Amino acid sequence: MDFVLTSDSPESTRRLAACLASLLDAGDTIVLTGDLGAGKTCFTQGLADGLGCPTQVTSPTFVILHELEGRLRLYHLDLYRIETAREFADLGLEETLFGDGVCVIEWGDKFAEELPEDRLALDFHFDGDTSRRIRVSTFGERSSLLAAKWRGAC
Amino acid sequence: MMFDPTVEVKKDTILAIETSCDETAAAVVRDGWQVLSNVVASQVDLHARFGGVVPEIASRNHLETVNAVMAQALNEAGVALPDLTAVAVTIGPGLVGALHIGLVAAKALAFATGLPLVGVNHLEGHIFANLLQHRDATPPFVCLVVSGGHTSLVHMPEFGSYELMGSTLDDAAGEAFDKIAKFLGLGYPGGPMIDKLAADGDPSAIEFPRAMMHTKDFDFSLSGLKTAVINHVRKEREAGREIDLADLAAGFQAAVVDVQVHKTVEAAELKRVDTVLLAGGVACNTSLRERLRAELINRNVRVLYPSPAMCTDNAAMIGAAGHFRLWRGEFLQLDADALPNLQL
Repeated sequence: MDFVLTSDSPESTRRLAACLASLLDAGDTIVLTGDLGAGKTCFTQGLADGLGCPTQVTSPTFVILHELEGRLRLYHLDLYRIETAREFADLGLEETLFGDGVCVIEWGDKFAEELPEDRLALDFHFDGDTSRRIRVSTFGERSSLLAAKWRGAC
Repeated sequence: MMFDPTVEVKKDTILAIETSCDETAAAVVRDGWQVLSNVVASQVDLHARFGGVVPEIASRNHLETVNAVMAQALNEAGVALPDLTAVAVTIGPGLVGALHIGLVAAKALAFATGLPLVGVNHLEGHIFANLLQHRDATPPFVCLVVSGGHTSLVHMPEFGSYELMGSTLDDAAGEAFDKIAKFLGLGYPGGPMIDKLAADGDPSAIEFPRAMMHTKDFDFSLSGLKTAVINHVRKEREAGREIDLADLAAGFQAAVVDVQVHKTVEAAELKRVDTVLLAGGVACNTSLRERLRAELINRNVRVLYPSPAMCTDNAAMIGAAGHFRLWRGEFLQLDADALPNLQL
């Protein structure tokens, strides 16, 4: 069940994310894709707010992984700098990806086959300077249920 | 009495290890400031030794190279294990798997030799990189820490005491440089490429937003600037216009540097310091150095920054900070964990 959401501002992107956060369970995986500046980190800020994480979400591009504590543990990953499957494997992220928290993975499509299969995928597209279209795709039972609830709630 | 490195000279020889992110690095530092060796794996030809391509970002890479890098640091310094006073290691912040490798190597060496182990905050290391070359610098300082992973203004009233005045709310400065450079097809690392290109451009040809310039706080935001540059390029391409890369680089760099200089000057005035320290990889940026120096010289504030090799991640800076922590009597236990979210 794929659908498209629209956001007319960074604030609106954060609101959409905070709404999704209220529906999340431990073990959920969300993959964010889209060009630089499309709103992936902005979306994660809303998600962290919605989970009640007290720390500011900043870009994890340099260190690859940030860990935040909220209602659920939030693992914020960014695979922008990872080029090869060997590099990805060498990071040793299995415990994070298949662990006890929520994973949000920027640029996760680069290594999709290594990620949990049942995941929610959000693809961000520019639609003018501040507006964005967010294509939502699901890859299993849990993500389909999550997407349906999100679509109904937001 | 707390140890003050500008007042008291303490004799020691420290082996320092740094693996917080991409670089596997080791160094031998004497008395807190003499760099006897400073080895960074990415600058060493490891291909011959390991027979293959070494990936840049990987814990396994640190694992494969850390012993060789430590051995080379000792060798280049002409120092043997019995000559050492202590082992210093970065404990955070950084990528947990990467930090863990350096920590385990340091613990093993400390356990085997009986040497004391000292844990160092990577950001304190960047700040202490200044003291390797400017031994007369005494606090209070305002420090602008700008790198691929950090953009923070820190007040340092005395050695070992830090007050975070503000930091980036989204992207780090070095990350913004790298991403824009990659987007424009300029190659890696992006900072030096943009710096060089900007020297031939007109910084006022394209006006980019100065985010949070007048917010009266010490926080930064670089995500909007990144998007503005991308939007500009997209529109110019759609209109079929040629993009002047030098002007674009100059306009982007000016927008970053303007805000950083403005806020650093405000911070220096608020805290009434006479010395500002630049630290981290972006401290190599010539425009940032020159603009900051020009703004502060009239206010009788001097600006210090490390040499380029000491700005980017290295272990000599960890040795300098480790010296300080050692003589404060702050030791790390052998069961200590890496602290990926460590603050100053």
